[in-house]
Amino acid sequence: MFLIESIQNKIRIILTTVAITLASTSFVIAHTLEIEKEELRLGFIKLTDMAPFAIAYEKGFFEDEGLYVTLEAQANWKVLLDRVITGELDGAHMLAGQPLAATIGYGTKAHIVTPFSMDLNGNGITVSNEVWGLMKKHIPHDKDGNPVHPIKADALKPVIEQFKAEGKSFNLGMVFPVSTQNYELRYWLASGGIHPGYYTPNDASGQLFADAFLSVTPPPQMPITTEAGTIDGYCVGEPWNQQAVFRGIGVPVITDYEIWKNNPEKVFGLTKEFTEKNPNTTIALTKALIRAAKWLDENNNANRSEAVDILSRSEYVGADAEVIAASMTGTFEYEKGDKREVPDFNVFYRHFATYPFYSDAVWYLTQMRRWGQIPEQKSDDWYAAVAKSVYLPDIYLKAARILIEEGHITSADIPWHSDGYKEPTSAFIDGISYDGRAPNAYIDSLSIGLKSNEIVNLSPIAGG
Amino acid sequence: MTDSTVNAISDVKSARKEKFISWINRASGWLDALGFGWVTPLLKMASGDNPREQMAELRRVLIIPVTGIILFVLAWAALAPQVQTSLGTIPGPGQVWEQALNLLDDHVREREKRDAFFVRLEKRNDKLIAEGKADKVRQIAYTGKPTYIDQIFTSLFTVGLGFIFATLVAVPLGIASGLSRTVNGAINPLIQIFKPVSPLAWLPIVTMIVSAVYVDPTSFLPKSLVVSAVTVTLCSLWPTLINTALGVASVDKDLMNVGRVLQLPTYKIITKLVLPSSLPLIFTGLRLSLGVGWMVLIAAEMLAQNPGLGKFVWDEFQNGSSQSLAKIMVAVLTIGLVGFMLDRLMFAVQQAFTFSSSR
Repeated sequence: MFLIESIQNKIRIILTTVAITLASTSFVIAHTLEIEKEELRLGFIKLTDMAPFAIAYEKGFFEDEGLYVTLEAQANWKVLLDRVITGELDGAHMLAGQPLAATIGYGTKAHIVTPFSMDLNGNGITVSNEVWGLMKKHIPHDKDGNPVHPIKADALKPVIEQFKAEGKSFNLGMVFPVSTQNYELRYWLASGGIHPGYYTPNDASGQLFADAFLSVTPPPQMPITTEAGTIDGYCVGEPWNQQAVFRGIGVPVITDYEIWKNNPEKVFGLTKEFTEKNPNTTIALTKALIRAAKWLDENNNANRSEAVDILSRSEYVGADAEVIAASMTGTFEYEKGDKREVPDFNVFYRHFATYPFYSDAVWYLTQMRRWGQIPEQKSDDWYAAVAKSVYLPDIYLKAARILIEEGHITSADIPWHSDGYKEPTSAFIDGISYDGRAPNAYIDSLSIGLKSNEIVNLSPIAGG
Repeated sequence: MTDSTVNAISDVKSARKEKFISWINRASGWLDALGFGWVTPLLKMASGDNPREQMAELRRVLIIPVTGIILFVLAWAALAPQVQTSLGTIPGPGQVWEQALNLLDDHVREREKRDAFFVRLEKRNDKLIAEGKADKVRQIAYTGKPTYIDQIFTSLFTVGLGFIFATLVAVPLGIASGLSRTVNGAINPLIQIFKPVSPLAWLPIVTMIVSAVYVDPTSFLPKSLVVSAVTVTLCSLWPTLINTALGVASVDKDLMNVGRVLQLPTYKIITKLVLPSSLPLIFTGLRLSLGVGWMVLIAAEMLAQNPGLGKFVWDEFQNGSSQSLAKIMVAVLTIGLVGFMLDRLMFAVQQAFTFSSSR
């Protein structure tokens, strides 16, 4: 009797000790991220999708991780990339194409990686009042007299033909040669039969054989240059499309949500060297940003008005709060007075927005190939290898695991079993299906643009 | 009272008045130099000096300039609302004043946030010590944004640094060039070619060189600050260089002969003969350099992203909010006022150090 009781007692004691040890080790694991570098400097551009940075700072998520982060607005995308490469900035709000282009050597070569996708959607294409007036005739209207959305580039094609007939060139602005805006604008134009121009190794203007000429314009100057007539429209993030509406300068015709539903937009970029020298700091940064992203989308966008107030401060985006609110609180204004429900115009956390999917990287690489920034054919494995070397979901998952232990997020928010590739989707404006596992087949399925094995033929043939 | 007491009292009064007037006269030199010349007639009137004469003086130095300023402000207030831009009307003086106050409010609020940050930091450090990790205690710099006042001081620090570099390079080179015709002939073409180059053209080159050479930036002197300072140096050293060379070359020949007769060593010739007599022109050059440097600084800061007034203007432009234009005008006025004060300061320093009869 006594023997059995004493054995039972001992077992009980052992089990309790084990339970306590396990509980305390998980507590210990969650809180012993040894931060290598506490004082950090992150760069951003004044666009509304830098919100995760601002929220992580203002709500103390960075400080919770033991990180002391200074956020610094940068003059333009080139300066931002250069400063990350030289190490003056430890990391930055980057266009999804920037880490990819830098790693493959298009532009300054540097191995830039990303463990965190900052948002989905968030861009719009705006045209000048003059062009909108000409386009309206070609857009079907519904019974209330409102234009039927999404507005396809087919409505723009006759306008460009008219410009050509009058001897004027049709110019559009976008923010950077490897920007999401550039590829989305080109996709939309091409889907309507308009050629946006090729890049060649000798000609980085991207205007070869173009029907519409695309050039780089800094976002704050886009409304002013449109007013001046230097460009006839642009593709940019917010608040610059809504600014055009507020100032009566132009009309947004389409958002990128309608071009490709839930497309990847900005990423949090760091140098590979930083992630190797400071692995725990990288995980801590990712944790803070995941929490910020969750806050932004929480309770069906309930926190968005507070986010708008924070972003309207001059050290963040600085635009008037009502202009920022016009796109971030569930609606989007197209023609003045034509406000439509677009609750997913900015998505920060829903739909697994923060996970760095390889298939997103591959899409951007296919577009770089399509327009000649990657001048020659590459194998499917090459696309996969580049995506794997730039997008780092392992760091993301480590950060997510710790957040679950700490109780900040739930398991359902994270795509644990993903191999990095989303399911094939045809949620594009032209209905063409994209499968990240077969990039060359995808490139071949697009009508305008280089095919997977084509090089730019410098002697223009009719229709080339 | 007797006659003698009355006389004694009036003697004391007039003696005091004499002392006061002589003090005013001495002070007026300094007040003039610092731009406060209008105070002198007021003081003299207070001391009982001939009021009509002083009124005439006062009208010249105070009333007329103030009237000019008031007329300008009224014209601005009247014309600004006439110009409609897509960003609303051009801001008038009222809105600009409102934004200036806003910026001061922001400064106060940011200071409060900063104090709160340090309280949190203290708590964290205490907690680390309590946990026995005293080696992890770090004094961390505040992570918030620099306020408008901070940005003014950053600009002043950067222009000061650039100006000192420029002086250290230009003055010795100018002296050598003034004393020796060979040196002058050698460097003159280089001066003429590099003098007209704009700071915006220097900036990319300077950025590349500083990035390559200055590999371990201290938090005191971040790369952007060094880039801005070096750009200021490259653009502002030319007036000092040219004026120093001119000043040295035009030292009285008799003085140089005295030096040769006494067989003075070169460094004595320079310090005892050349420098004192060429100081007025050197100071003219320094004043011009500081003026040019301050102008160049704003452009350099915009591109190099040094957190000073130039970056403030650029960031406000990027913001494109309804308050941005007014804030940019506040910055323009601040830049002008600070430039004016810097110039007056240099002038006062010049007055202190030179002995020329033709001031």
